Amino acid sequence: MGQGRLYAAVAVSGFRRHATYRVATAAGVFTNTVFGFVLAYTYIALWDERPGLGGYDQAQALTYVWLCQGLHATVAAMGRGMEVELIGRIRTGDIAVDLYRPADLQTWWLAGDVGRAVFHLLGRGFVPMAFGALLFDLAVPSDPLTWLAFLVAVALGVVVSFAIRYLVALSAFWLMDGAGAAQMSALAGIFFSGLLLPLNVFPGALGEIARALPWSALLQMPADVFLGERTGVGLLETYAFQGAWAVALLAAGRLVQSAATRRVVVQGG
Amino acid sequence: MNDSSDVRDEEFIRLDGVEKVFDVRRRTGFLRREKHQVRAVDSISFRVARGEMVGYIGPNGAGKSTTIKMLTGILTPSGGRLRVAGIDPSRERTRLAQRIGVVFGQRTTLWWDLPLIDSYRLMHRMYRIPDARYRANLDRCIELLDMSELLEVPVRQLSLGQRMRGDIAAALLHDPDVLYLDEPTIGLDVVSKAKVREFLRELNAERGTTVLLTTHDLTDIEQLCRRVMVIDHGRLMYDGALSGLHEVGESERTLVVDLERELPPIDLGPSARVVRVEGPRQWLAFPASESAAPLVARVAADYPLVDLSVREPDIEAVIANMYASGGDLLQPQAGNS
Repeated sequence: MGQGRLYAAVAVSGFRRHATYRVATAAGVFTNTVFGFVLAYTYIALWDERPGLGGYDQAQALTYVWLCQGLHATVAAMGRGMEVELIGRIRTGDIAVDLYRPADLQTWWLAGDVGRAVFHLLGRGFVPMAFGALLFDLAVPSDPLTWLAFLVAVALGVVVSFAIRYLVALSAFWLMDGAGAAQMSALAGIFFSGLLLPLNVFPGALGEIARALPWSALLQMPADVFLGERTGVGLLETYAFQGAWAVALLAAGRLVQSAATRRVVVQGG
Repeated sequence: MNDSSDVRDEEFIRLDGVEKVFDVRRRTGFLRREKHQVRAVDSISFRVARGEMVGYIGPNGAGKSTTIKMLTGILTPSGGRLRVAGIDPSRERTRLAQRIGVVFGQRTTLWWDLPLIDSYRLMHRMYRIPDARYRANLDRCIELLDMSELLEVPVRQLSLGQRMRGDIAAALLHDPDVLYLDEPTIGLDVVSKAKVREFLRELNAERGTTVLLTTHDLTDIEQLCRRVMVIDHGRLMYDGALSGLHEVGESERTLVVDLERELPPIDLGPSARVVRVEGPRQWLAFPASESAAPLVARVAADYPLVDLSVREPDIEAVIANMYASGGDLLQPQAGNS
């Protein structure tokens, strides 16, 4: 226990911090729903023209749209999460406060981000999905085990997303302003997570690369699990892929963190 | 809780020739950068005894905060030896964290978007404070810092004075042996300042908490610290009693003279000089160590005197004087006598 209770408390705080911003949550849900409609009609046009594109039928494609709209905040596919805050703390020197605490920096921020993700899953996940299911014919799984498998994939996606964004944020120790890095990572996230188009519609080398990059663990893989495209060994392979990226990126984050704190120049004051 | 196994109380904080050198890159041409070194802290040595309350002052950029950051372990010294409660801060930052409390006046350790009490609950877990201790310490802070109304308020809605009290409480919940205060009264109004000082005085008296106080507000020092250390350009220029600053600071007293009418500056030779003239009123400065009586007698004898008064040097002027004189003439005294 001990430290475990601390990080549980940090996660609860992360949840509550985001829960305080109700208007922002409502605005996010609204935006996601509007975008859901735009993308849904785009996908209908696409799949009318090319049925079975990327191995999905039209119901699956539409499910993909609404699932991603409900889920991208949870896995922070577009960034704008803890990395922005951490970059700010490094730039202003407030990171000093975090550093003298008897807690591990990476675990601390991971716990807070997990709390945020849980809030976003509950607060921003259901409404777009419900709208989509109401107005379109979606392929929602009936087997509770598929739902469970999906949630595990989402959890792994959250960790991978965090690990990427933590690395991006730490770059601020060297760049002094990490805004550019955060923007680039957000752009990469939007495209390579599959938020715009499922990664399996991309042909050739681009498709291969896109599916091998860590961002595919954020949306593409949880969505595939949800759509029943990954079962049995395929499901285990999916988890292994996500888990491997999570471990590798978290380890890289630890390395960079120890380098950063050794050469830390706490700004100002 | 004070497991100060091999630490002697009179050397609770101990610095021997501590240095911190930063590499700074400066632009010298369109794309050329030149790297040069800045000595933020230049061979500082001092000791602070357990239970002492010491003021640590100096102008902006003197190296105060750098020293504090080394004492918390978030900066590693470039040279010298540094021990706090027997611990090498940069090597055992986490172990040291249990023994120290830190308040950076310009930063906050509290969670911006959450009610104050939530931050304290996190501290409770972070420092693994036993429940009863946590409760007792929190109650005490709430009472003495007058915070009962604030606990459920999100930190972003607190006033600066309220937030500062919240931060001070946060630094004390785990019963630290040492408290570093970096500008704890910055930006506070008079009432809030008084409240903070009163609390610190009690903390030091009752708990014997060792306090190192960095400030620009010399009233903080005058009211709280018997001992003061002055740092400038990374070097310790003075370490001793607050009262002793006047002697080494070459301070001057001022004789304010009201004459019957406007006259040219009074000439008393080398013993005093006129620093200001405003109509019939003149200001004469003379060394604080000398008596005012002979000067008064001479002015009264030679000039049409209406009224006069003597002004004591204020500590701020003394220190400004010290900073201006550059320091080498002031050897650090034996501090912990």
